[in-house]
Amino acid sequence: MTDFFLSLGMSYEFAWFTATISGILLITLPLLLAVAMIIYVDRKVLGAVMMRRGPNVVGPFGLLQSFADGLKVFLQETIIPSASNKVLFLLAPIITFTVALAAWAVIPFNSGAVLADINVGLLYVLAISSLGVYGVVIAGWASNSKYPFFSAMRAAAQMISYEVSIGFILVCVVLWAGSFNLNDIIEAQRGHGLGFVNAFAFNPLLFPLFVMFLISAMAETARAPFDLTEAESELVAGYQTEYSSMAFALFWLGEYANILLMCALCAILFWGGWLPPFEWEPLYMVPGWIWFLGKTFLFFLVFSWTWATVPRYRYDQLMRLGWKVFLPLSLLFVFLVSGYLMLTRYGV
Amino acid sequence: MIQTLAFYLFAVLVVASGALTILARNPVHSVLWLIVAFFNAAGLMVLLGAEFVAMLLVIVYVGAVAVLFLFVVMMLDIDFAEMRAGFIKNFPLGIAIALVLLAELVLGIGAYRAGGLVLGVADGANAPLVGESNITSLGALLYGKYIFLFEAAGIILLVAMIGAIVLTHRQRPEGARGHQDIGKQNRRRPEDATDLVKPEIGRGVDL
Repeated sequence: MTDFFLSLGMSYEFAWFTATISGILLITLPLLLAVAMIIYVDRKVLGAVMMRRGPNVVGPFGLLQSFADGLKVFLQETIIPSASNKVLFLLAPIITFTVALAAWAVIPFNSGAVLADINVGLLYVLAISSLGVYGVVIAGWASNSKYPFFSAMRAAAQMISYEVSIGFILVCVVLWAGSFNLNDIIEAQRGHGLGFVNAFAFNPLLFPLFVMFLISAMAETARAPFDLTEAESELVAGYQTEYSSMAFALFWLGEYANILLMCALCAILFWGGWLPPFEWEPLYMVPGWIWFLGKTFLFFLVFSWTWATVPRYRYDQLMRLGWKVFLPLSLLFVFLVSGYLMLTRYGV
Repeated sequence: MIQTLAFYLFAVLVVASGALTILARNPVHSVLWLIVAFFNAAGLMVLLGAEFVAMLLVIVYVGAVAVLFLFVVMMLDIDFAEMRAGFIKNFPLGIAIALVLLAELVLGIGAYRAGGLVLGVADGANAPLVGESNITSLGALLYGKYIFLFEAAGIILLVAMIGAIVLTHRQRPEGARGHQDIGKQNRRRPEDATDLVKPEIGRGVDL
């Protein structure tokens, strides 16, 4: 994009700056729109599973429901509890929201369509998404209230546990792709399955990792059935209990942006990102970003569907699954994948 | 120009948040300032071109270690008056440690300025690090030249981990409170646990 602004007769520095700013806007604004629509989809899917109609009043098919909710929340009064730590109380939703958006900087939407094409892209995503826990923990502590505090404790333990297994799963993918750059990882999936399927998930060694990644992603984003941080039956609304108005909305938006990010990562790491599913010329006529968004949307439906069907895990079950099942399994797969690659690709 | 600006921004923030870490009255604030310091140190690493190390710093220290710090500090019930009383008592010890650190720093910088140290060269002189991505060069160093040291460090950490697990592991006997058999829980079916009865009107249910 820098070239385009250079052609308008700007100096290089200014063109680079303008290109970066417009790149950020080009990602952030559609992302926020997508978050609003995905909340609508979530409620619609939940409604369909429960044989209700879901939102259907505001706009055609209720499409504008999220915007109506946004407006409502925007007009509410921001209540700051008098016993809270005010600065941290307001900082927490900002951290959650910022971190959720920042991770999108390295996500490739199409061949070359990425804001920051850095060679540690995957590590950057891991680093930024590991910061997400601070929003929750700080919110829980700064609220100075029982339920948010319990929620913060749970969040801290839960997110650390599942980050470990996510890390090992990513190691396997990186070993196979031979790069930390997300674009290179997608390119490595070209014709991976039988020479014409563009997906790592068709590899019998990597498919179990995809399933584990999907479940860990649900736990990492505190999405049902692992939504113990905001379990309404025991903790009111967890760390969000004391929040109202825009502060609450920022948590909400950040949470859904994180969920979308995890869906996008599923698509990028295991299902070929912006590549069409099969290596077949007519499929390339559909632009890459449509394939990418379509795959992301598909995984979001899986998330939604899981939310609607599976009961919430108990806390000790959650910890057991993370440490006693996923951690040893993902370690075993690191061993298997690297062993297989040593034998076939690099020679012993 | 922009590099210089970024360097001073990160450097000032590291120093300032480091100072605030020890000056903050509330221990939770201290940990949060420490996190800011880690984060800006990662920024400095990126400026140096060591983006891999920077990302690891954020993932390991900010994403995991500092969360545990915060976790522990948040749950502590700290008596501030008692802490200040301890300040005078621990002051000489603190000064001693600070002096040792200062001496090491001076020695280190002195040794570097005296020359003779070649930085950024892997495997002696024939494998320069420049031009390679720093994941590749770090891997070449760790798994090539320093493989035995690296594996020794790994074994020491493994032993420490096993030790910590053995020390804290409690096997709850069968039947004791808190004992769980996940297999048993999963095998449990609704038919084993519930009875469907249709009581007559006016009659209760036998329990």
